[in-house]
Amino acid sequence: MIQTVTRPIAPATAMSATLVVARRALLKFVRTPALVGMGIVQSALFLFSFRYVFGGAIHAGASTYVAYLVPGYVATIVLFTGGGIAVAVADDRVEGFTDRLLSLPIPRYSIVMGRALADFATNAWAIVATAAFGFLFGFRLGGSIPDGLAALGLCLVFGLVFTVVFIVIGLLAPNAQAAQGMSMIAFVLAFMSSTYVPAGTMPGWLQPFAQNQPATVTINAVRALFEGGPAFHDLWQAALWCAGIFAVFLAISMNLYRKATA
Amino acid sequence: MTTVPLIEARDLTIRFGKVKALDDLDLTAPAGKVLAILGPNGAGKTTFVRAVSTLLRPTGGTLQVLGKDVSREPVAVRRDIGLAGQSAAVEPTMTGRENLEMTARLFGHPRDGARRAASIVIERLSLGDVADRRCSTYSGGQRRRLDLGASLVGAPRLLLLDEPTTGLDPISRREVWDSVRDLVAAGTDVLLTTHYLDEANELADHVIVIDHGHTVAAGTLSDLKASSGRDVIEVAVNDPSQLEAVGHILERVTSNPPRLDHNGRRASAPTAGGAKDLAIVIRTLDDTSVMVDEIGVRRPTLDEVFLTLTNAYVQNGSSR
Repeated sequence: MIQTVTRPIAPATAMSATLVVARRALLKFVRTPALVGMGIVQSALFLFSFRYVFGGAIHAGASTYVAYLVPGYVATIVLFTGGGIAVAVADDRVEGFTDRLLSLPIPRYSIVMGRALADFATNAWAIVATAAFGFLFGFRLGGSIPDGLAALGLCLVFGLVFTVVFIVIGLLAPNAQAAQGMSMIAFVLAFMSSTYVPAGTMPGWLQPFAQNQPATVTINAVRALFEGGPAFHDLWQAALWCAGIFAVFLAISMNLYRKATA
Repeated sequence: MTTVPLIEARDLTIRFGKVKALDDLDLTAPAGKVLAILGPNGAGKTTFVRAVSTLLRPTGGTLQVLGKDVSREPVAVRRDIGLAGQSAAVEPTMTGRENLEMTARLFGHPRDGARRAASIVIERLSLGDVADRRCSTYSGGQRRRLDLGASLVGAPRLLLLDEPTTGLDPISRREVWDSVRDLVAAGTDVLLTTHYLDEANELADHVIVIDHGHTVAAGTLSDLKASSGRDVIEVAVNDPSQLEAVGHILERVTSNPPRLDHNGRRASAPTAGGAKDLAIVIRTLDDTSVMVDEIGVRRPTLDEVFLTLTNAYVQNGSSR
């Protein structure tokens, strides 16, 4: 006599569905050594190049270039690694995994939340690793340790917000390659910001954007926290941007999952 | 026994922009049977399965699964179904067991229940040898069977299989068929789509042929053969170079275009005249130098029925 599977008594709760979806995405990441390793190598190489190759030619005001560079670089690391998120989301859709999830009796938003939770964790890993390279390349805290931790916390928040943006890109892209390409748009935010050079050195027509866009205000806040300077003004601007982007893109991503295009 | 049909579609329409993938489709599938949706590529089979699995919302008409409306009660429908799609949705970096436990958790099983469900499914689908290996090492057939298993861990009432053996080699196809038959024996209702007639023949009790988003025919396989297939006169010859000549004779007698199979050295044509036509063909062949190996009237094959049904539809449709 073959044993038969019993029907579950109740559908999965949103919490457990979110955790299961997140666990799978994390396992996929951790078990693909190329993903774990390459992200770190790439971010270390970039940081190394800016610190030691370009850095000598850049004057960043009063502070040393390494003190100027590292906060912005750590804060915006998600703009470089986010392409991987978009690719994973597009792959899931093309390969039928998203269909499987959508055919299961779980809340739609747990699919987005699970994905975002996993990417929040992988991004946290990238932030910590990149910050470690920053210290290795000569960065030092100017402020208190709690301020430094607050700065890292803001980096994590910024990472989470843009995770949802990259999920939307992955859902809009017809396939993984397109998702990778479309993710390049994030470079606009990464480079036309105060990450590498002070926005004030850019031409006048570019300044309104470069000074006020979400990456710049977040970087300014992170930099102020790391240096121990006053961060309040930049912080609330960053908070506003982050809350706005998160709300809008979360709504878009949920709507896209609901439509379930394949 | 319940009298609620497995699936009931009334004027079901699904539109993508201007294209109607399903066009006023009507269909009733009895419960307790294996139902095959048969149709050529692009007929609307996958769209139909996606509608049944609540992945697509009907643009018009109604669709009920086990008495529940997919538009009004999608969550209730999702509890009743298990979907195994065309692309095997298993996670390659996880083991087979991990994949099954994950899906079981999403169906609502608690941790230990998920473990138990996964073990049972592994045994039932004979995946024990590979269950603890990562799925990236699986063969195509093993992946497909695991995907089948993932749709089973929630003990769905209705299993949806979208082209379950497309792209598999003959041995893997047999394996998947055997698994499906076991499930049916254990009491799961199955809806499968296929464009392989032998697959419908192997697995299904009830067949619905769709083409261009419409139902073209429905019934048991033998019903279909009886209703839409005309008898076929078939002649096997010794010398393939004589096939053309035989084809001409068949065409003259039956007034139907013959099919010539050069490898099998056979010519055939549908006939309305049965034995009378056969007698004429035999007499005519007698007056030629054709060496006949075999000659006779037979019932049409499924392939022939299928071609007749779908071609008839194309011709009707274009003459409108």
